[in-house]
Amino acid sequence: MKTNFLMLHTITRIVSFIVLSFSVYLFFAGHNAPGGGFIGGLMLATALILLYVSFDLDSIKKVLPFDYTVIIGIGLLLAILTGLNSLLFGDAFLTQYFDYFQWPFFGEVELTTALPFDLGILMVVVGVALLIILSIAEDVS
Amino acid sequence: MSTLHFVALAPFIMAIIIPFCYFKFRNIHTGWFVLPLPLILFIYLLTFIPFDGQLFQPVEHAVPWVPSLDIYFTVYLDGLSLLFALLITGIGALVVLYSIYYIANKNNEPLHNFYVYLLMFMGAMLGVVLSDNLIVLYVFWELTSLASSLLIAYWFHKEKSRYGAQKSMLITVSGGFAMLAGFSLLYVLAGSFSIREIVSAADSIAGEPLFLAAMILILLGAFTKSAQFPFHIWLPDAMEAPTPVSAYLHSATMVKAGIYLVARMTPVFGTSAEWFWILIIFGLTTLTWGSISAIRQTDLKGILAFSTVSQLGLIMSLLGMSSAALHYDIVNTETLYTTAAMAAVLHLINHATFKGSLFMAVGIIDHETGTRDIRKLGGLMAIMPVTFTISLIGLASMAGLPPFNGFLSKELFFTASLNVASLDIFNLETLGFFIPVVAWIASVFTFVYSMLIFTKTFTGEFKPDNYSKHVHEAPAGLLISPIILGVLVIVFGFFPNMLAYTIIEPTMQSILPGLTSGDDQFYINIYHWHGLNAEIMMTIAVIFIGAAIALNLKKWQTSFFFARERDPLNYVYDGALDQLVIRSQQITRAQMTGRLSDYMLYMVIFISSLGLWTFFRYDALAIDLSGDQSIPAYMMVLTFVLLAATLALPFITHRVTNIALLGVVGFLIAALFVVFRAPDLALTQLLVETVMVVLFLLAYKHLPEIKKESKNKGSHLIKGVVAASVGVFVIITSLSVHALRNDSDITPISDFFIENSKSLAGGYNMVNVILVDFRGLDTLLEVLVLAIAALGVVTLIKHKMHGGEDV
Repeated sequence: MKTNFLMLHTITRIVSFIVLSFSVYLFFAGHNAPGGGFIGGLMLATALILLYVSFDLDSIKKVLPFDYTVIIGIGLLLAILTGLNSLLFGDAFLTQYFDYFQWPFFGEVELTTALPFDLGILMVVVGVALLIILSIAEDVS
Repeated sequence: MSTLHFVALAPFIMAIIIPFCYFKFRNIHTGWFVLPLPLILFIYLLTFIPFDGQLFQPVEHAVPWVPSLDIYFTVYLDGLSLLFALLITGIGALVVLYSIYYIANKNNEPLHNFYVYLLMFMGAMLGVVLSDNLIVLYVFWELTSLASSLLIAYWFHKEKSRYGAQKSMLITVSGGFAMLAGFSLLYVLAGSFSIREIVSAADSIAGEPLFLAAMILILLGAFTKSAQFPFHIWLPDAMEAPTPVSAYLHSATMVKAGIYLVARMTPVFGTSAEWFWILIIFGLTTLTWGSISAIRQTDLKGILAFSTVSQLGLIMSLLGMSSAALHYDIVNTETLYTTAAMAAVLHLINHATFKGSLFMAVGIIDHETGTRDIRKLGGLMAIMPVTFTISLIGLASMAGLPPFNGFLSKELFFTASLNVASLDIFNLETLGFFIPVVAWIASVFTFVYSMLIFTKTFTGEFKPDNYSKHVHEAPAGLLISPIILGVLVIVFGFFPNMLAYTIIEPTMQSILPGLTSGDDQFYINIYHWHGLNAEIMMTIAVIFIGAAIALNLKKWQTSFFFARERDPLNYVYDGALDQLVIRSQQITRAQMTGRLSDYMLYMVIFISSLGLWTFFRYDALAIDLSGDQSIPAYMMVLTFVLLAATLALPFITHRVTNIALLGVVGFLIAALFVVFRAPDLALTQLLVETVMVVLFLLAYKHLPEIKKESKNKGSHLIKGVVAASVGVFVIITSLSVHALRNDSDITPISDFFIENSKSLAGGYNMVNVILVDFRGLDTLLEVLVLAIAALGVVTLIKHKMHGGEDV
């Protein structure tokens, strides 16, 4: 008998998108409210894990053709490069800069170099969580 | 960043480029790309020499590295560093040129590796001699050890190469560790890592209790690097390296790093009697032992290796003698007492020239005949005339014969030892007599082994059957470098005073500042003919007795002493290494039982004992329950459930229940975080808990059944006691922290973050600002750890070992 996951699939479709968008919110809110790269990354990972758990691995792999090892690498590079950036201005490694800008539609927006650094952290966290879970899940033996 | 910074960094930059050159231009020898760098650096450094008779002005540039720890990348160029930098780049250029012809087998050799290591070594050496900051110096110092052992193991398929590399690494790096400890003590004493500041504070630190410890630790670093007795055993084994490397590392540069350090530290430690005696005793022992051991070698490079050991001992003892000069500030006498320093500097230069040329000559002999064994060689005088001439000049200089430069420095060495013996400080009245006697005996043996190389290699009968190759003179390219060095041996021998004001005087200003800083107080005059005095008599006696021994050497060659070619100290080293492996295996077996509960036990015991020790050490145990508040009911409930869930854990034997209960504990802790207004922590905890539960469920089918472990009541009791005491410890800690915070005026570190997270980092969420800004490096390294852990998991799962397979 084939098991029918109709309810799980339907709910996952909706919930995972809510979790995804919440994780994006958390990531951007991080500098001034609870959130940030670590939490955002974990939240993103849980959303993806939910997808992987409810659907089968192969179909998700078609939709999200990422190699998570590469994502970890890119994340680390991004974080290191943001840190190196400050050396160009003669400051110590990992000095972060920030400033406020007037934007036409958004009003006053704060831009900081901590954001790409945090993005790097997020990518590493997502990559690590999924890499570990998927390699255990894929393991057949 | 100044140009001088780039002098030290340029080799590293070049080392990045070299592999591309190697793969792109396979038909051009990679050495040609390397050669311009040391040449340019050498010419640039030459411009600092005061040719016009002016006093040398030290140059200094600082770049902050970790200013809060007083670590600056400061380059400081004075006479001493200039001399070494010139040696490193000058000999470096010659060695690169020589290596192009020596390692000519273009297609099979990993030349890019060779030149990358060589450049790395060159940069590290330049860094050592140019940096003024002790920590930076230490970093470069260990880098020289690393690069040199890579170079020694260049032919890594040979077991002896690997053995030699490991030996040099172990000995020099452990000496380096001792040196780092010494540097730290110096920092405690002087309050600075800057060498010049330490030198200027030298008077105030001289009587401190840690002074002697710092001195001995730093000397350990210098002695291991400069192959002083009994640490010299690595140098002969390092001869497994390709000959250009031996010529570079083991005659001109790396082994002299210890000499450099001792010279650099003389103004700091030189006034103490211990410094004087340690240097003289170890220097003279090394000198004698090295020269005697050289005689029983049968490998040409082995003889040269022990000869290097012995000559390094000579320079070391001279530096010890020169420190006596710091005790005399009378105008007329200092020319006498600074003789030793002058001899040391002069011999340093001379040794680099003659030993460099000799190593290259031996490399040529090896290259053209296929052997370095003196029992096979012989009669090469007529077949390899150019090599013969070069070797003759080098050997004569090494033996201290006129008119070559080695003669000058050896005469000065005798003068210095005679002078020192007549001083009336440091108990020299009773023991000083031995110094010139030992110096003289060592010189006899130096003469003997120089003669040995000469007679065994070049004289006698030429037997073509002994060689696997057709023996002929080397190609011109191989000969250029040794010829240049040989010419320098002669030129410095005839015109030593051209070195005097340009380089020796500035160097002596660095070694003995204050004594030589005046304008006309100090003269360097080096003469070939210095009168019919005790020194020249000693030399004549050396020649006659040395020749007599060399001619009668055959009689003793069967004796017990000669049968042991390997230094007996090697047995100590080998035994210690074996024991190290055995003991660490024992410890590992006791520690790595394969059971997580054991690991956990070790860790928590260690951490709690450390914490408890800190409590008593700093008297921080303070429990104050007077300011406690009533606990709201929901907290009670939360805590109670949490406790119940935790206590239930050990009694459940079902996996699924276990996992679920663990999840409950985690989520309850998250709830506690919410109650205590830590939303970031709560969120993280919730998410981590979620991911963990998923992971557990995924790995569920791989987990073994919970086995009833061998019911050992004792081990259960121990675990229970440890767990309980850890809990008590944590409670005490938190209570004490709380009490101390209310009682005293310790300002919590969070105040800083509360005040500054908006103004300095532009964020209101303190936790996140700490993560990405104030402690960004921690975060970066943490995610790095995560990434490594993930890779570890992948390796474990995807590349499983099967029975008996090893990593």
